[in-house]
Amino acid sequence: MNLIQNAEFIAPDIKRFIIEAPLIARKAQPGQFVILRVWEKGERIPITIVNGNAENGTVTLIIQGLGKTTRQMNLLKSGDYVHDIVGPLGQATHIENFGLAVCVSGGVGTAESLPIAKALKAVGNTVIAIIGAREKDLVICEVEMRAICDEVFVTTDDGSYGQPGLVTDVLKTIIAREHKPDFVLAVGPLPMMRAVSEMTRPSAIKTMVSLNSIMIDGTGMCGGCRATVGGKTVFVCVDGPEFDGHQVNFAEIAGRQRQFNEQEKISATIINTQPEKVQHQCRLSKVITETSLS
Amino acid sequence: MSSPLLSKKERMAIPRQSMPEQPAQVRNRNFSEVNLGYDAETAVLEARRCLDCPRPTCIDGCPVNIKIPDFIRLIVERNFLGAARKIKEDNLLPSVCGRVCPQEEQCEKTCILRGKFQPVSIGRLERFVADYERQNAQPEAPVLSPRNGKKIAIVGSGPSGLACASDLVQWGYDVTIFEALHEFGGVLIYGIPEFRLPKAILKYEIENLKRMGVRFEANFIVGKTMTIDELFTVAGFDAVFLGVGAGLPWFMNIPGENLMGVYSANEFLTRVNLMRAYEFPEADTPVKIGKQVVVVGGGNTAMDAVRTAKRLGADTATIVYRRSEVEMPARIEEVHHAKDEGIVFRTLTNPVEFIADEKGWVKAARCLKMELGEPGPDGRRRPIPVKGSEFDIPVDLVVMAIGNGSNPLISRTTPDLQCNKWGNIIANEKNGRTSKRGVFAGGDIVSGGATVILAMGAGRDAARSIDEFIKTGQWETESRAKPIV
Repeated sequence: MNLIQNAEFIAPDIKRFIIEAPLIARKAQPGQFVILRVWEKGERIPITIVNGNAENGTVTLIIQGLGKTTRQMNLLKSGDYVHDIVGPLGQATHIENFGLAVCVSGGVGTAESLPIAKALKAVGNTVIAIIGAREKDLVICEVEMRAICDEVFVTTDDGSYGQPGLVTDVLKTIIAREHKPDFVLAVGPLPMMRAVSEMTRPSAIKTMVSLNSIMIDGTGMCGGCRATVGGKTVFVCVDGPEFDGHQVNFAEIAGRQRQFNEQEKISATIINTQPEKVQHQCRLSKVITETSLS
Repeated sequence: MSSPLLSKKERMAIPRQSMPEQPAQVRNRNFSEVNLGYDAETAVLEARRCLDCPRPTCIDGCPVNIKIPDFIRLIVERNFLGAARKIKEDNLLPSVCGRVCPQEEQCEKTCILRGKFQPVSIGRLERFVADYERQNAQPEAPVLSPRNGKKIAIVGSGPSGLACASDLVQWGYDVTIFEALHEFGGVLIYGIPEFRLPKAILKYEIENLKRMGVRFEANFIVGKTMTIDELFTVAGFDAVFLGVGAGLPWFMNIPGENLMGVYSANEFLTRVNLMRAYEFPEADTPVKIGKQVVVVGGGNTAMDAVRTAKRLGADTATIVYRRSEVEMPARIEEVHHAKDEGIVFRTLTNPVEFIADEKGWVKAARCLKMELGEPGPDGRRRPIPVKGSEFDIPVDLVVMAIGNGSNPLISRTTPDLQCNKWGNIIANEKNGRTSKRGVFAGGDIVSGGATVILAMGAGRDAARSIDEFIKTGQWETESRAKPIV
């Protein structure tokens, strides 16, 4: 049980949590993730660590409510408890001074690219961020990115903010510049990461993508997160989550991510039709914690 | 003499008592335990079959040398609690081992009655007294040595870790078990299904250890949350035992293995056992319910997976194994149970490719027929493909149960810990000492995938050696790791 020190929505359905987890905070590095469970019979889901604050003993997570578990998580408020949280998992992002680094992110992926952009900047890179979102309200972490990066571009699908269109439209113009990027990181929906990788392939710009596979344990035990990279099977949890975008078999991953769509619909029905049941579960776990602490 | 009233001839005339079990066509639709256990009368009758040999051979067959004739004699005398205590001198978890040990390869294989007669059902008797003790004995406050203030970290809460912790806490150590998952028991909780090893048994044993003073830390991944070095320098432990198991699933590296609907046995069983996918949507974690399921492999894990698939609602659940049934590493009882439950066995068959439907889901397992050739280095006859024998088995779910390798999480963050070419930690066979001072290892992470009882034996050997190390501070060269090739 981990205390949520602070929880607030930063965009519709996107919530930022500051959670007490001193041991994880001590070790967390950019690119790593945690696995959490919201309640006793909850599933284990991987969530990227946005920030680990060793001094305060907290980790920051930004979660978009999409499926049952993330929506249930986003019902939790400051002072509530997360049932379990374990980590930090995965390999940290490989950070070096590439020269010109471009961090492309889509949706909630911007929360994940933020600490990486920060780390890239800290070792001397010139850092350009391209933030994409469906619409204005869903653009997150823009202020934080502007504080770190040399240039920040925002695109929205519907043109309600920034440049209308896709992140790849901006990336195209940056690649066309005299000084091509030396490194590109893409974090976000699979089709976006795939499109970025295809765009950088002709000019052989080193491109890393952060895969978000379905996982259970997150330690290499179940193999559910496996993907094909460079013709070889990798486990995203222990070998990744970041891989060379030019080597990743995106079609296979897209399929594997859809494996439980049918069941997800059933779970979504529960949270849609019986929200009180889900909330009740949350309160129950909190009561148990308080009792066990007293 | 096990019974003064019966002659040797009379004892040999008693037939081996069968194990009462749920009817096959009932149990293959539920997750309750298959075996129901002996009652006291049956246990005593079975115990009377023991000839109480002057030089018992069964003890040599047991990896931890349980004093088998002694405990069986106590059953004949109806001192069931005494019998349980007798076993526990050598084996911490008789209720587990009585259920999962391959007795036919161990104690019962060396029983003198084997051959012309049938061996004494040592495993069933072990299970009976352990269950009797759990159901009837007041939990005793164990006699603990005075606390000595020395802290021991145990990494992994599976069989080797639990056994190691049990000894050390009784000798006065301050013992903490670190577990990566959210529940304790390792493979006993995520791997072995309820119908073979009820979770309540494991919970009872873990509660016992908690009462004895063992601390349990869940959601703590050594190598990630803290490295081994930090366990010493930051957390102040005096020694570390690594019992992390072999938990990295192997695949065959054949085309189509990453299709939708292809699982490792670890994933399939973890979803069902640990995450309770059989309760979905009451529990959040789903699992694919296959109608035509193929499980690849011939070990206990393969049997567990195929029988689980049947219970979840498969119309056809099939074992595909590349050798013949004789070579199957699974316990004979599990193979029999599986057959009774309607599991199809396709032996001498090996998949070469999995075929996808138009949406990317697995729809067929393309297989080759095999024949047995000359024995390989392990003594088992090698399977050789029969040319032109290709055929397809229609499937909608495939589970790969062909074994596990070692997890690199710890070795990657502990460069001074020597591993062999398969990634197994190199540790002295007798005392578990590794190449790193103060670090011990045992169980599957050292031996590769083996049995619960061997892992527990290794945990206890390491406990003795940890005690010696703490008392003497010596990490002498001769006890240091020698590579096992």
